[in-house]
Amino acid sequence: MQPNAFLRRRRLQSIFFLAVIAAITYGSMVLTQFDLVQGLGVIPRAFVWAITNFVPDERAWSRLPRILEKLQETVLVAVASSTIASIFGLGLALLGANTTRPHPWFSLPARAIASIFRNIDVSVWALILLFSFGQSGFTGFFALSFVTFGFITRVMIETIDEVGIEPVEALRATGASYAAIISQSVIPACLPQLISWVLYMIETNIRSATLVGILTGTGIGFLFDLYFKSFSYGSASLVVLATVVAVLLIEAVSNYIRRTIL
Amino acid sequence: MSLLEVDAVTKRYGPETLALDSVTFSVQPGEFVAIIGPSGAGKSTLLRCINRLIDITAGDIRFAGVSVPTLRGSALRRHRIQIGMIFQHYNLVNRLSVLENVLHGRLGYKNTLQGILGLYSEEEKREAVRILETLGLSEQMYKRCDQLSGGQKQRVGIARALVQQPKMLLCDEPIASLDPSSAKVIMDTLQEINRSTGITVLVNLHQVDVALHYAKRIIGMNRGRIVYDGAPHNLSSDQIYHIYGSEAGELILDLKERYAA
Repeated sequence: MQPNAFLRRRRLQSIFFLAVIAAITYGSMVLTQFDLVQGLGVIPRAFVWAITNFVPDERAWSRLPRILEKLQETVLVAVASSTIASIFGLGLALLGANTTRPHPWFSLPARAIASIFRNIDVSVWALILLFSFGQSGFTGFFALSFVTFGFITRVMIETIDEVGIEPVEALRATGASYAAIISQSVIPACLPQLISWVLYMIETNIRSATLVGILTGTGIGFLFDLYFKSFSYGSASLVVLATVVAVLLIEAVSNYIRRTIL
Repeated sequence: MSLLEVDAVTKRYGPETLALDSVTFSVQPGEFVAIIGPSGAGKSTLLRCINRLIDITAGDIRFAGVSVPTLRGSALRRHRIQIGMIFQHYNLVNRLSVLENVLHGRLGYKNTLQGILGLYSEEEKREAVRILETLGLSEQMYKRCDQLSGGQKQRVGIARALVQQPKMLLCDEPIASLDPSSAKVIMDTLQEINRSTGITVLVNLHQVDVALHYAKRIIGMNRGRIVYDGAPHNLSSDQIYHIYGSEAGELILDLKERYAA
């Protein structure tokens, strides 16, 4: 093919894809009656409204102890669900990883289970679990745990396989038992990665826990929902501020831990 | 009595690939045997069949009078304890210290709980330290393995094999990733172990000249078959050509120069 013809065809392809995307976007806007100009125009007004209404007032500050108490509860649920789910996730990852699986048959089911738990969103899990546990702390705890379980299984399968078969092979050759090989070679080799991922899940889960709390009526999310719906915007705003501070704080701590172990 | 008897061992990967084709040989206690041959000749597979990291398709392997292919569970672990293995890529847990890696060689002797917790006796720790000293690694004992040079890593690998108190060492290309001077140290170490302790050494090598220099006996392999088994001085250029096939050109030139000198 001529270079010119080739490049022309490339350009036509690009133009075609751009046109398709533009058509889809315009079509969606027409169907939902979304006016782009009006939508963008609202943004400054929304900011002004937020700033005037969402400044924590006197009553909001008097509610701070209760907010902190609920925040603590939410953070602890996030930490507990992340760590407990990670233990189970690591267990399933050991069964699923190519280097540590007891039998090749284990791999596919382990990966499938991880995929199901991970790909269903935490809010969807919360809705499903609402049927079984109702509006209680358990619903949020299990919803967060399930997603963490799937995620940790998936990333640890990859980590274990990345570390490689070599030390495992060496320990098998010494006559070490399966359990000894796992605890003396696989776990030490993967530990920094594992801790790093668990910290990441704790950070993520604190954020998710706030949203899940709105659904399940527990923790800091419940408090936000309550204040917001009773028009105490100042208090709701303080909830948001407290959550943001907590998230940033935990992120700083986990970054510090990461730096020291890696 | 032979320490190791390999009897018509065949290993098939799928219906197409024949990695080992009725391989037969035996090794006496205290021998230093080098297995040479081109890449893909089945050298690594053969070593891994001996300690059952790989299961064979047909034939029999007897080690110290025990038939290996049918071993299971704790009997298989007892078999592996008697054979130390040294790898081309050292196969250490890089994040752990030298001492911890060497003590891994004792895991075969542990019950499940001791193994999981890594509980070693005073005696075992002393022995590990002693072996590290004889291999010139006492300074590195508490260093992490990823801080060591290739030659040092391989000596850690040797130490890990030696604390097993094995009857035989299987060395899979032990010097293929090392510079010439480290390679010499490793080969000298293996030779010294063989001479002073009488541990049988079975070593896979790429380098014909190294094999000729160190081994008392050469086994040549090509395409899963043994094509030479005998003393190094009987190995002629023609036979090296037979072992290495078309890859042999430069090798033979090298050897001719050496013999001429």
